[in-house]
Amino acid sequence: MSKYSVIGTRVHRVDGPEKITGNAKYTFDMVLPNMLYGKILRSPHPHAKILKIDTSKAEKLIGVKAIVTGKDTIGKKQGIWRRFPELCDEEILCREKVRYIGDPVAAVAAVDEDTAEEALDLIEVEYEPLPAVFDPLEAIKEEAPQIHEGVELNINVTRHIEWGDVDEAFKKCDHIREDQFKCSSQAHVCMETHDAVASFDYGGKLTVWTSTQASYYIQALLAGMLGLREGDVRVIKPPTGGGFGSKFELDSTQFCASVLSMKICKPVKIVLSREEEFTATKRRTPMYYYLKLGAKKDGTLLAKEVRVITDGGAYTGMGATALYLTGFFSSFPYKYPNYRYDGYRAYTNTAPTSAMRGFGAPQSTFAGESQLDMMAEDLGIDQIEIRRKNGMTPDYEVPGQAFIQSCGLHQCLDKIDEHIKQRGKLPPNHGIGIASYGFMSGGIFNWFDTPYAFSAALVRINIDGKVDLFTGACDIGQGSDTTLSMICAEELGIGLEDIRIHSGDTGICPADLGAWGSRETLMNGNAVKMAAADAKRQLMEFAAAKLGVNIVYDMDIKDRWIHLVDRPERGVSYFDIVKEAIRGRDGEVIIGRGHYTPHRKGMISPAYSFGVQAAEVAVDVETGRYKLVNVTTAHESGTVINPVGIEGQLEGAIMMAGGYGFCEDQPMDEGKILNPSIADYKLIRSLDMPETEILEVDTYEPEGPFGAKEAGEGLTNPTAGAIANAVYKAVGVRINNLPITPEKVFRALQEKKKKG
Amino acid sequence: MKKELKLTVNGQPYELYVNPKTLLVQVLRDHIGLTGSKRGCNDSSCGACTVVLNGMAVKSCSILAMQANGAEVLTVEGLADGAKLHPLQKAFLDHGAFQCGFCTSGMLMASRALLEENPKPTKEQIKEGIDGNICRCTGYNSIIRAVTAVVKGEYKEAK
Repeated sequence: MSKYSVIGTRVHRVDGPEKITGNAKYTFDMVLPNMLYGKILRSPHPHAKILKIDTSKAEKLIGVKAIVTGKDTIGKKQGIWRRFPELCDEEILCREKVRYIGDPVAAVAAVDEDTAEEALDLIEVEYEPLPAVFDPLEAIKEEAPQIHEGVELNINVTRHIEWGDVDEAFKKCDHIREDQFKCSSQAHVCMETHDAVASFDYGGKLTVWTSTQASYYIQALLAGMLGLREGDVRVIKPPTGGGFGSKFELDSTQFCASVLSMKICKPVKIVLSREEEFTATKRRTPMYYYLKLGAKKDGTLLAKEVRVITDGGAYTGMGATALYLTGFFSSFPYKYPNYRYDGYRAYTNTAPTSAMRGFGAPQSTFAGESQLDMMAEDLGIDQIEIRRKNGMTPDYEVPGQAFIQSCGLHQCLDKIDEHIKQRGKLPPNHGIGIASYGFMSGGIFNWFDTPYAFSAALVRINIDGKVDLFTGACDIGQGSDTTLSMICAEELGIGLEDIRIHSGDTGICPADLGAWGSRETLMNGNAVKMAAADAKRQLMEFAAAKLGVNIVYDMDIKDRWIHLVDRPERGVSYFDIVKEAIRGRDGEVIIGRGHYTPHRKGMISPAYSFGVQAAEVAVDVETGRYKLVNVTTAHESGTVINPVGIEGQLEGAIMMAGGYGFCEDQPMDEGKILNPSIADYKLIRSLDMPETEILEVDTYEPEGPFGAKEAGEGLTNPTAGAIANAVYKAVGVRINNLPITPEKVFRALQEKKKKG
Repeated sequence: MKKELKLTVNGQPYELYVNPKTLLVQVLRDHIGLTGSKRGCNDSSCGACTVVLNGMAVKSCSILAMQANGAEVLTVEGLADGAKLHPLQKAFLDHGAFQCGFCTSGMLMASRALLEENPKPTKEQIKEGIDGNICRCTGYNSIIRAVTAVVKGEYKEAK
């Protein structure tokens, strides 16, 4: 029997009843009295000087209430990089120059959306088109046009990671492979597009309801961009229709709606159209990968050299972090004694690239796991064996970078090995490919320069025993409200139904960095656990006095019964003690405080999760079409807090990561995205979805709440690589360039046939 | 020039005056105030606005409101019987068949129309029944498990 009462049990999501009845109110559904509707005018040019913006005709249109351009802003450039001002490079409302098709130049607020749309057509913008560049390999040439003033060769950021002596180590290798890969872009395709309702009042206070992953970031960034005090900006996150990395930066809806509202002191709502969502929000970073891998005959990996050029698009966004993480996770999940990474992020005149679930690691895992299979084949070693030989183990230090405590990679390899054996002999043109992966449980980086703890929580116990849990964590669908409520209930020894969570509202919740980098279960979970323990300690003082306990006894709460651990029958009801404690404190409510900031945990993350995935494909050799038959994942994420939630993360990740490997792409022509609709942007639908199996491996992470760690993004990492390896196993063609479309498989098969 | 539109939504008759170019989803959300049906796209390709129109699953952004004149419309708000959840809703809760919830209304209504038409669908038929609906969070399989549980009669007592 589990020692826990709440965690590890199958529960309904705390936001479930509202969502399945259609009653949950998203930002998209909000209507306020006197509310106006906003629309954003965007650049049709990939690169151009703005010579003149004439809004006079649009202003005369009946129903138009306000028009703003860059001139109505305080002229700052935004970015999450408060410690690195040179990386804050996005005005949002451009004043002098536009840098991609979709860059905002003006915004309108009107009585309805149709009028606002009509007004956009009446705004006259005179542009002087400039030469543009669309590929990072072209952008870094001397003759390329300069996209940001003062940025030589359009190189936005560079990263270098190194340990050991790579050049010496290659000399000792028996076999060296050099390979190139190309990783494509991907759209987040949140079902709720970016949206915001901003309301500036006559008292000078701004309230913004928005679909976001990080309400505190938005509060702080809006304050900076609008010249307001942070405390005068309140950001509220209603239920949010997905994020996947696209919603933790300040976006055009939040900023333009705020600038408009400040001009007229009326609420303004802006909802991006699906086309804008595809063309004018950020996207997964495309990367050119160059890998050199050296091994001994027995499969021991001695050295790896990685060079990456990423397509940054027009602005930095979170792309600098993707550049760093792709370099770090290129070493995962193996023990390379010698490793060198050089990454370059180049600006181009395309939609900016940034964070997306996996944050650079799906790219590194695709390239790395493809190459590792090739290396294993060259050496005549089994694919599982080469991973066993080099895989990370518990208590391993990535030299100078990271400390790994819990790690269940080897158990995952065993489970996948068993799974493959159980599948037995496959039908012709079927193949199973595998990929191993690891991922972080929240980042340690603080480029945002937050003065607050990374996570914080408040627990308030009310007279009826009901607990209000306040946290800045943002539930965007991944289920943090449920997971954190479970942690709170477990620590307090009460039921999930005793908790009411209040999250993502900067007006009432402690600051928190939000939902990205798979940080909330571990970081916010630790803060919630600490806050609950603090409140519990206060109750215990009264309970001990009431029971007249000999101080040698330890006390605890379980199932709302406060008791002596060694004599559980001796106790008192939680509800009675709550009432007495509040009375005994002169009516003061019980408040517990908790916070968490990682210390002495290396440079990347306080904990890492691991797993191995096996993808089975069936290829039609006549057409190159293939089907994803089965995707089985062995994974470990420490103690499982919310099993239903983990299943959802896992299966959902396969839809998204399978799509990255299988079909999702954003082809462009001269900077114009050619498929900006759900009809044209191919996603995995129910009929394409493979069978999914989950093989759980138990681990315990000492740094996490109750031993828990990441289970959100890591699962996005392996699938593209596993598909690439599966296609190779099935029909012997190797596709190094994502997505692995039927056309590419077909052409490769033709090529193979020609060669005989 | 506005036109008169009569339709019944979740058993409630409505008489409205609407611009003829208004879509059914706009009437439901903006005129009647039933915001459970969502809009995830502009071209009938995501399914978040799916409702049941005269017994058939219809993407309510794909038809003009006037085409629903005289029709019976069921939206997600009409799925539960007062506070008593529909078997599909209970199954979605138990199986974690939603995360962000933005596609959920459409998924429920597509599933409901499927079961009306075919109370014993196979797994493949369930997949076909929700193939017009995009879910970016769950990977569909939990939704298929939830609908299957209803088909198997695991939620009979909830009816």
